[in-house]
Amino acid sequence: MTAILSAGTKAPDFSLPVGPDRKISLSELKGKPVILAFYPADWSPVCGDQMALYNEILPDFKEHGAELVGISVDGAWCHAAYAKDHNLHFPLAADFEPKGAVSRAYGAYRDVEGFSERALFVIDKDGVITWSHLSPILVNPGADGILQALEALNK
Amino acid sequence: MSKLSVPVGDKDHRQGDPGAACTLVEYGDYQCPSCGQAYPIVKRLQKHFGKQMSFVFRNFPLSQMHPYAEPAAETAEFAGAHKKFWEMHDLLYENQNRLDEDSLLDTLAEELHLVPAQLHKALETKEFQPRVKADFKGGVRSGVNGTPTFFIDGQRHEGSYDFESLVEAIDSVLE
Repeated sequence: MTAILSAGTKAPDFSLPVGPDRKISLSELKGKPVILAFYPADWSPVCGDQMALYNEILPDFKEHGAELVGISVDGAWCHAAYAKDHNLHFPLAADFEPKGAVSRAYGAYRDVEGFSERALFVIDKDGVITWSHLSPILVNPGADGILQALEALNK
Repeated sequence: MSKLSVPVGDKDHRQGDPGAACTLVEYGDYQCPSCGQAYPIVKRLQKHFGKQMSFVFRNFPLSQMHPYAEPAAETAEFAGAHKKFWEMHDLLYENQNRLDEDSLLDTLAEELHLVPAQLHKALETKEFQPRVKADFKGGVRSGVNGTPTFFIDGQRHEGSYDFESLVEAIDSVLE
């Protein structure tokens, strides 16, 4: 297992589907802070809580002008059903083909299981990672670390 | 380990003596089934520890997932403004499976001799929303990542929230 990318690293660009007919790329978000939340799978209970929490705290992320993107290896249709069911108001990117390529680029892929780590990245407006956090797979990392990282950007 | 970032104070809803040897804080959501399961457990803990423990409840409604959680939380705060927070808190959990019924909040208000019209007004004007949001934000800052989350004397309880686990954790603080 490789370590996740750390603060000071340029965030690798990506372009991934965020729905059956839409893509999102990191470069198009340049100029704003970006939060990337890699997670193992749609529908699994811990992720559910984690994404539900971020959904709830979204207005606070927006206060920092930040965009949140969730990333897992689930396909676009799966993401669409999951987002609808959970009433999620932020995009879920499908790291589906080639499977896990973006997760690997961030050092956040679990080869054995074949899904993403539970890893968080805060990227500044210039596309540089300023904070990253790898959580044990069954532990919901919460949002306090992200909020602190966003506050640090404005200092 | 995560710590409670907002200390327990006068504005909190507390049962028991502020000077009790141990304070149990719960961040909860009225529509969350796990919180519904935790509700009788907390009652048992209160009975078990008696005067040694005080209990504080703070709001953590995941309103995007649980559409009835926020109005329920605001209803409890409304009742709290009429000194009936705990009565409403208990009624909400005891009727959790009926939260989707239109008239439930009115019925519960009437049961506590509160005026449904005043409750409607409070919900419409979002009178108690800032309070609920403040609880939520404080919870996020303390590392609350789902519900229920318990803090025992300010330290997040990491284990399971069954009766035995909580008794053990509280006992270790009391020793």
